[in-house]
Amino acid sequence: MSDRGIKSYAAYIPRQRMDRAAIAAAHAWAMPGLKAAGKGERAFCSWDEDAITMSVDAVRACLKSPLANAIGSLSFASTTAPFADLQNASVIAAASGLSAHLSSSDVGGSLRAGTSALIHALESTNATDSMVVAADNRRAKPASPQEMQYGAGSAAVRTGTGDLIARYLGSASAVSQFADHFRSSGQSYDYHWEERWVRDEGYLKIVPEVVERLFKNTGVSAAQIDYFCLAATISGVAPAVAKKLKIRPDAVVDNLASRCGDSGAAHPLMMLALALETAKPGQRILVIGFGAGADALLFEATEALTSYRSAATVSDQVARGVTDKNYTKLLSFSGELELDWGMRAEFDAKTSLTQLYRSSDQIISFIGGRCTACGAIQFPRMSACVQCGSDGALAPTPLADEAAKVATFTADWLQYYPAPPLYVGLVQFDNGARTLMEMVDIVPDKFDVGLPLRMVFRIKERDGLRHHHRYFWKATPVG
Amino acid sequence: MATGIKDKVAIIGMGCSKFGERWDCGTEHLLNEAFQEALLDAGIEKSRIGAAWYGSAVDRVNVGTSAIPAATALRLGGIPFTRVENMCATGTEALRGAAYAVAAGVVDIALAIGAEKLKDTGYGGLPIGTRGTLNDLVLPATSAPGGFAQLAAGYRARYGVSRQDLKNAMARVSWKSHQNGAKNPKAHLQKEVDLDTILNAPLIADPLGIYDCCGVSDGAACAIVTTPEIARSLGKRDMVTIKALQLSLSAGVEIGTADWDGSYVRNTRIAAQKAYAEAGIRNPRKEVSMMEVHDCFSITELVTMEDLGISSDGGAVKDIMDGFFDADGGVPCQIDGGLKCFGHPIGATGLRMAYENYLQLLGRAGKRQLKNPVIGLSHNLGGVPYNCLAAIAILGLASR
Repeated sequence: MSDRGIKSYAAYIPRQRMDRAAIAAAHAWAMPGLKAAGKGERAFCSWDEDAITMSVDAVRACLKSPLANAIGSLSFASTTAPFADLQNASVIAAASGLSAHLSSSDVGGSLRAGTSALIHALESTNATDSMVVAADNRRAKPASPQEMQYGAGSAAVRTGTGDLIARYLGSASAVSQFADHFRSSGQSYDYHWEERWVRDEGYLKIVPEVVERLFKNTGVSAAQIDYFCLAATISGVAPAVAKKLKIRPDAVVDNLASRCGDSGAAHPLMMLALALETAKPGQRILVIGFGAGADALLFEATEALTSYRSAATVSDQVARGVTDKNYTKLLSFSGELELDWGMRAEFDAKTSLTQLYRSSDQIISFIGGRCTACGAIQFPRMSACVQCGSDGALAPTPLADEAAKVATFTADWLQYYPAPPLYVGLVQFDNGARTLMEMVDIVPDKFDVGLPLRMVFRIKERDGLRHHHRYFWKATPVG
Repeated sequence: MATGIKDKVAIIGMGCSKFGERWDCGTEHLLNEAFQEALLDAGIEKSRIGAAWYGSAVDRVNVGTSAIPAATALRLGGIPFTRVENMCATGTEALRGAAYAVAAGVVDIALAIGAEKLKDTGYGGLPIGTRGTLNDLVLPATSAPGGFAQLAAGYRARYGVSRQDLKNAMARVSWKSHQNGAKNPKAHLQKEVDLDTILNAPLIADPLGIYDCCGVSDGAACAIVTTPEIARSLGKRDMVTIKALQLSLSAGVEIGTADWDGSYVRNTRIAAQKAYAEAGIRNPRKEVSMMEVHDCFSITELVTMEDLGISSDGGAVKDIMDGFFDADGGVPCQIDGGLKCFGHPIGATGLRMAYENYLQLLGRAGKRQLKNPVIGLSHNLGGVPYNCLAAIAILGLASR
């Protein structure tokens, strides 16, 4: 048995949820059959969220557990990574405050990327901890079944030895030519084959073979499985596979289809996180990753899990949803519909890479400065102190986790902004720092001067000409 | 020991183009329209101008950088001609350059001219542009109303004024300026608007509705300055002199420290205190005859009344509702319509304000002439309240 396992976990699901009935209603003229799928709601990314920003949120929450051991590696798994060449994990590492002395990698290629990255981390022999984060923001054609099924989200898992909340018992994998769907490089949409074939020839044949092998290797039997995590957008697949394996029906973990939708490569880890919320010491969790074959991972909850609480549980993330019925918002945010934003949107958002690199700790890691003469904390770090004018050194001081409040604000309808109005104002940190920030995920009638804020990493601007995003920090109401 | 600008410089001629959507002409025509009026007023040949300052704020959508376009438009080559830019105080900065040159004794007669051509962009509001490579990466891209609207949040939080009371006072500010603008043939907007229309207009940046915002306009304004002695030698008897010229800029305190609550404009207060000292004004509420302040937005004018020390802190709402700043009030404000109705061609605005004070002091303001004004104050606010610059110019009768 391995001495490795899980030390902490966290999830992130975008706050915005589209009412599926609104999607079905919009398409009813052409696809009346979608009405049957028009139940519940699905998470969708705001215009400024992507697999990187969702990952940063989950990793930051996952790091909140007080653990002494250093993180030695970061793996980012996604099929919707924003950059094809510019390591996405490097941005996530810097924004999450991880040390630069890090082995970092991007993993992709299939929805199995999240479980494969997790196996890799758990099979590591490094003395340091590993952080695995998976995130997806899957794009779907309007009126496709996938538009209803897909959601968005991320899940982060910290692995290592020592204080474990769940012990890793082992894993098994298989690679297969079975393609239930595919998407070529540079393309926007997945192409799916018939669901019945995917269920019968895919899930029901590939998964049981891998799981049986895992049972054999670990000496664990189907009856001993208390949580069965199988992500599938086809309804009824997980119970059918459980039945074939003789796993108890009540062990099948909710795939969150009704309230969030599928988060792609992140979904197996999301379901693992959901299982860990309620698992009792000694209970066993089986996690499946499916795509071009399958991964199966087995965990056993430890005593330590009873006193552990994640800083961002899946239940928290599900509960914070805000329902939206404006279907064109989903289309606009996902790039399916180009609204006429007027000439004010013609601004060229070219990023100076020299400037970005020179200030990257400020911009990506949100590190301000503390004046070595007067102690004032400030952002950005200029050449002299904002308070006393001293041109002495400003000691790097992180701001991302500092408490803050609204000092001034407005809702700006004139400024071009992809999710109008733009909420903007002065943010006053409790430690004395102050800066002007964009404010996101606002509930208008509850927003006023003095409201507590927390910092989130988001896309600041999209450069449509060069297909580059600027990332920076924004403020959002706490809770 | 410096003695300030008071009474060292006289204005002998001023001009101002018609402001508005000047689809008919470009910057070069606007400049000449103001310049020819000023030359005629001064009664001098343009060859007597020894140096010139040209103010324009957003020339990337206009005639380009440097003062060459202005020198070319006026056919005024071969003399020192400098372009200045300091956001919405640009026009006042041109005046300061010219006045300082005369006061220094470097030239006898100097020209200050400012112009802006904003209606060639294809959309309303100010042109969009980069704010520098670092700012573009860390600062939210806010509109001008988005920057100033935050004063309302800060003001409400400090004084406990209700949203509706503040909104009513803001509406009253704009209503008064429309009343005044209707009497000004050079104003961009010459139409009275009722309070209900103002209060129920669509929001631009909460709580500012469209009537809480000045528009942007095309226009130019111009001043010719010299020493009082030379002015007298040119036969000027009624003479307007400069009493004060002050400028204060932010250096990060408002946007970067907790030492500002967002309910006032720090630079206006600093510049005002220095300007009153320079002009020898002790009680501005009593001594200032009229004001042209930077009413880019109604909330700006409201807090400016306190920042200039005309209203007590927290007292502007009452003064406004009492009509203290109306044409027949204690200190008439925006008697020419202000930015709100005269218009706001940025580089011209400071000089347009001086132009109205100049006309009023000389009794040449026609239908909107006030009774015996002796001191006129003008005020510009560039940038946004948390990162801004404020300029104040005080003009007065030389005899005062």
